[in-house]
Amino acid sequence: MIDLRELYQETIFDHYRKPRNYGRLDGANRRAEGYNPLCGDKVVLYLRVENGVILDVRFEGSGCAIATASASLLTENIKGRSEEEALQLMDGFIGMVTGVATTGELGKLEVLAGVREFPQRVKCATLAWHTMKAALKNADEPVTTE
Amino acid sequence: MNPAELQHDSDDLQVLRWRADFPILETQVHGKELVYLDNAATTQKPLAVIEAVSGYYRHYNANVHRGIHALSQRATDAFEAARAKVQRLINAASPDEIIFVRGTTDAINLVAQSYGRSRIKAGDEIILSQMEHHSNIVPWQLLCQQTGASLRIIPVDDSGELQMEAFYALLNERTRLVAVAHVSNTLGTINPVRRIIEYAHAHNVPVLLDGAQAIAHLPVDVQALDCDFYAFSGHKLYGPTGVGVLYGKAALLDAMPPYQGGGNMIRTVSFEGTTYNTLPYKFEAGTPNIAGVIGLGAAVDYVTGIGFDALAMHEQALLAYATPLLADIPGLRIIGRAREKTGILSFVLEGAHPHDIGTILDTQGVAIRTGHHCTMPLMARFGVAATARASFALYNTRQEADALVAAIYKVKEMFER
Ligand SMILES: Cc1ncc(COP(=O)(O)O)c(C=O)c1O
Repeated sequence: MIDLRELYQETIFDHYRKPRNYGRLDGANRRAEGYNPLCGDKVVLYLRVENGVILDVRFEGSGCAIATASASLLTENIKGRSEEEALQLMDGFIGMVTGVATTGELGKLEVLAGVREFPQRVKCATLAWHTMKAALKNADEPVTTE
Repeated sequence: MNPAELQHDSDDLQVLRWRADFPILETQVHGKELVYLDNAATTQKPLAVIEAVSGYYRHYNANVHRGIHALSQRATDAFEAARAKVQRLINAASPDEIIFVRGTTDAINLVAQSYGRSRIKAGDEIILSQMEHHSNIVPWQLLCQQTGASLRIIPVDDSGELQMEAFYALLNERTRLVAVAHVSNTLGTINPVRRIIEYAHAHNVPVLLDGAQAIAHLPVDVQALDCDFYAFSGHKLYGPTGVGVLYGKAALLDAMPPYQGGGNMIRTVSFEGTTYNTLPYKFEAGTPNIAGVIGLGAAVDYVTGIGFDALAMHEQALLAYATPLLADIPGLRIIGRAREKTGILSFVLEGAHPHDIGTILDTQGVAIRTGHHCTMPLMARFGVAATARASFALYNTRQEADALVAAIYKVKEMFER
């Protein structure tokens, strides 16, 4: 039996209803768009990066609870980190939601661990992270989950 | 018991008999009984179809139209018998007008590339509608890029019906083709295709109907409709995937150049030049999906055995039962309230994204589709990125509609905590 509460934890609803760091970021020097063509989820990520450190981050977009909560949690978790740390976090996160890595070092991001029981939803959870990577590379073309 | 209840009871008994024909309906998902409401994506297959496909592979697998041995003859007979069944299903004038293709998408691409490229030039116009599936949009866009023609789009009103006045105004001396859905896969709208065809023909413009969502739910008579092309997929008609039909009027098909070259579609080949086979083989290059065609023939037998009167009455009754139940759910908005519909209910729910609805319904055993349903222009028209869509087939019951409603309440309970 699949337990829905594993996926939809209270923290996820909280971030879905009240996304943190939502909106445009004035003074952003990196930006990327992510799109999940399967469900129409869209995220725009704005970063201000100086000397290899992510000083500020905000996001905009419309999506399901998983995609929105994931983007919101991402902003909380990468602010103040170096680019390298953020990318390491991304690898750990993707490992967790795809079920290839064990959890344990991801802190608050672990509320999304339940996604690994729902393979169809992995793309929702990873969209913001792929978009962050594109933004760090300052890639101009929109990233998609396909 | 009042007459309405009596009618419900006899309908229930009939549906139980139909359900018994579909082995998959006994499946459990996540420990719950499967409630399969994704029939607009693909329908389930009755045992008769499954056995027709496996019977071909078990007993007479051979290539068609080329062997002199017994199995090849049997395979060819079954293959051509399926063509005759499809001809009768849609009342085509001749079996030569039935071209077996991979599906609706393949059929429309065939018309775009063969008919379109030989007849449509720069400055010409093709009329589509705002509710088309991507497979009745992109082949025409490709043709426009190749030829310099352009698209004109019939708008959809708030209820999900085509704005016919706009259609009449769009059709002009540059119009070379009208290509519209018989039934919308997202809204369920049954379009006034007779009126569209009459008006287009009055201006000498041919009409292609995308029948993907009509063929399993309405009686289709291509001669009465007088459509020039009709496309559908076997897998939405209780048949196998990978097989479909293009109907075309013989005079049009005869005048069209081949679409693909290869075996079967030729009469003679030499390096100086090749002569083509007659209809329908001119458009059937290569070894076809023989098992698929035979399975489609069995599917046609299955639905005609039930009869479109009986199955349409049941599906309409189910739609009439489920629509108010859904509409009464607070915060739920049904998208697609056309007066004439098939059993498709697209909806959005305040505070819960369709993707989340789909996941939660799945855990309750209820299979629906969520997303843009390959109709992104229509999503833009209604100002949504996605919808949740429940779509009925002949084997669905009122209890399943109740299960859908209960599962939607479960979504609300989770999302409104
Ligand atoms: C209205 C409509 N047109 C075309 C198609 C494409 O059919 P297929 O994918 O079988 O080629 C579909 C099915 O998804 C449809 O619903």
